Amino acid sequence: MVRWLLALCLLCLGATGCSATEQQTLTVFAGSSLQEPFEALAERLETANPGVEVRFHFAGSATLVEQLRQGARADVLAAADEATMARAAEEDLLTATPHVFATNSLVIAVAPGNPRGIRGFSDLTRDDLKVVVCAPIVPCGAATARVEQRAGVGLRPASEELSVTDVLTKVDTGQADAGVVYVSDLGRAEGRVAGVPIPAAVNATNAYPIATTSESPLAASFVALVEGSVGAEVLQRSGFGSPAPGGQDR
Amino acid sequence: MNGLGVPRWCYVPALLGGLFVAVPLLAILVQLDWTALPSLLFSESSLTALWLSLRTTVVATVICVVLGVPMALVLARTQFPGQSLARALVLLPLVVPPVVAGLALLYTFGRRGLLGGTLSVVGIDIAFTTTAVILAQAFVALPFLVISLDGALRTAGARYEGVAATLGARPGTVMFRVTLPMMLPALASGTVLAFARALGEFGATLTFAGSLAGTTRTLPLEIYLQREVDPQAAVALSVLLIVVAVVVIGVSRRWVRAA
Repeated sequence: MVRWLLALCLLCLGATGCSATEQQTLTVFAGSSLQEPFEALAERLETANPGVEVRFHFAGSATLVEQLRQGARADVLAAADEATMARAAEEDLLTATPHVFATNSLVIAVAPGNPRGIRGFSDLTRDDLKVVVCAPIVPCGAATARVEQRAGVGLRPASEELSVTDVLTKVDTGQADAGVVYVSDLGRAEGRVAGVPIPAAVNATNAYPIATTSESPLAASFVALVEGSVGAEVLQRSGFGSPAPGGQDR
Repeated sequence: MNGLGVPRWCYVPALLGGLFVAVPLLAILVQLDWTALPSLLFSESSLTALWLSLRTTVVATVICVVLGVPMALVLARTQFPGQSLARALVLLPLVVPPVVAGLALLYTFGRRGLLGGTLSVVGIDIAFTTTAVILAQAFVALPFLVISLDGALRTAGARYEGVAATLGARPGTVMFRVTLPMMLPALASGTVLAFARALGEFGATLTFAGSLAGTTRTLPLEIYLQREVDPQAAVALSVLLIVVAVVVIGVSRRWVRAA
């Protein structure tokens, strides 16, 4: 017991010792869907600036804004929709004007090889299929509802999940035959799920805005990296679209 | 205050611990918008979620008692090879994060799981049903009942059972007339613990059963969902959950004392 406690103390010391050295830390709050591209970009920033450490907090965008509102410290906020970012601006949490740096649209996730032969969005109403979507009050569910409206299709989902990751898990484990997720999510589950596209005419697009939330110069350089050509390339590889000059889709 | 046998210094950490538990719960009440409370609590979605939670939790608790009491008896009163391993296995759901418990259930009862294929052959498909919610709750709650009862049984020893047996009582009679009446307080507290754990179950339910209003979206899932858009509603629903738990614990206390 005593030895165990000692080990714990040493661990604590080690942890505080680390942060006490001359290292610059950048804290980025970002929507869960951005995990893959942002970690890749952070690696580039860290390689280019030795001594810089980027720390991430990935969560639902609404959660991130609520945490910032409650006093969480961050240098950059990247949200998965503009409405959430607008709330952050209203609460005076931003130190710069947010810019849209990427877009994401929806896709139907199915098992690899599409064994149930799902050809498009209207197939999702088939009685023999278990379909899961996001609940309408989370951003991916709101986008799904927009697609339903435009396509004139009313889904009867087996489950309305709380996040897009939960939808992906259900399809990934075979519990559901199909799920509506973001295009960028397919990259996260590569090989385990396949995508059936939703035509652009009925698809819904989310715009991803980013802004600094502190005066740290590192924050500005991370935002510049995301908005620059390197960022665009990395984001594109993860399935994100480039921001449309026409602004956001509603 | 009757502090017989308690060293005086104990009061300080005891008080700190009490505050540690009580202050966050009080903070919830402080956050609460009391004027909006009725409309938040009695919205259709909260009532649907509450009703589903109560139904599933009661069934899950019954399953825990039916399976857990014999499990505790076998663990505490018999000897078999691999007993300590079995005891450790029973406790595993306590250690495993609920989300992982949900995945484990998926890999077992899911459509592509170990038993899923067999179950679907006989026409049972529990994917996204209320049954899946109950399974998730029973899975995470069962250890609480077993651990309370097993501990109490081992502490009490088997002397009375031994006496009853020498007087000619058969094992079934000993169990119902001697062991269980003696174990009533432990059984009650174990049942309450299991009920409370099942009521608050979130991660395993979400992962294994999904979230559909009236079918699988229990109160904790509704709270998490509401929190996305309306933290106030989430707080109000949490208070409801706390009230339900307090009522259940209070009633069972009284019931045990009367018995």
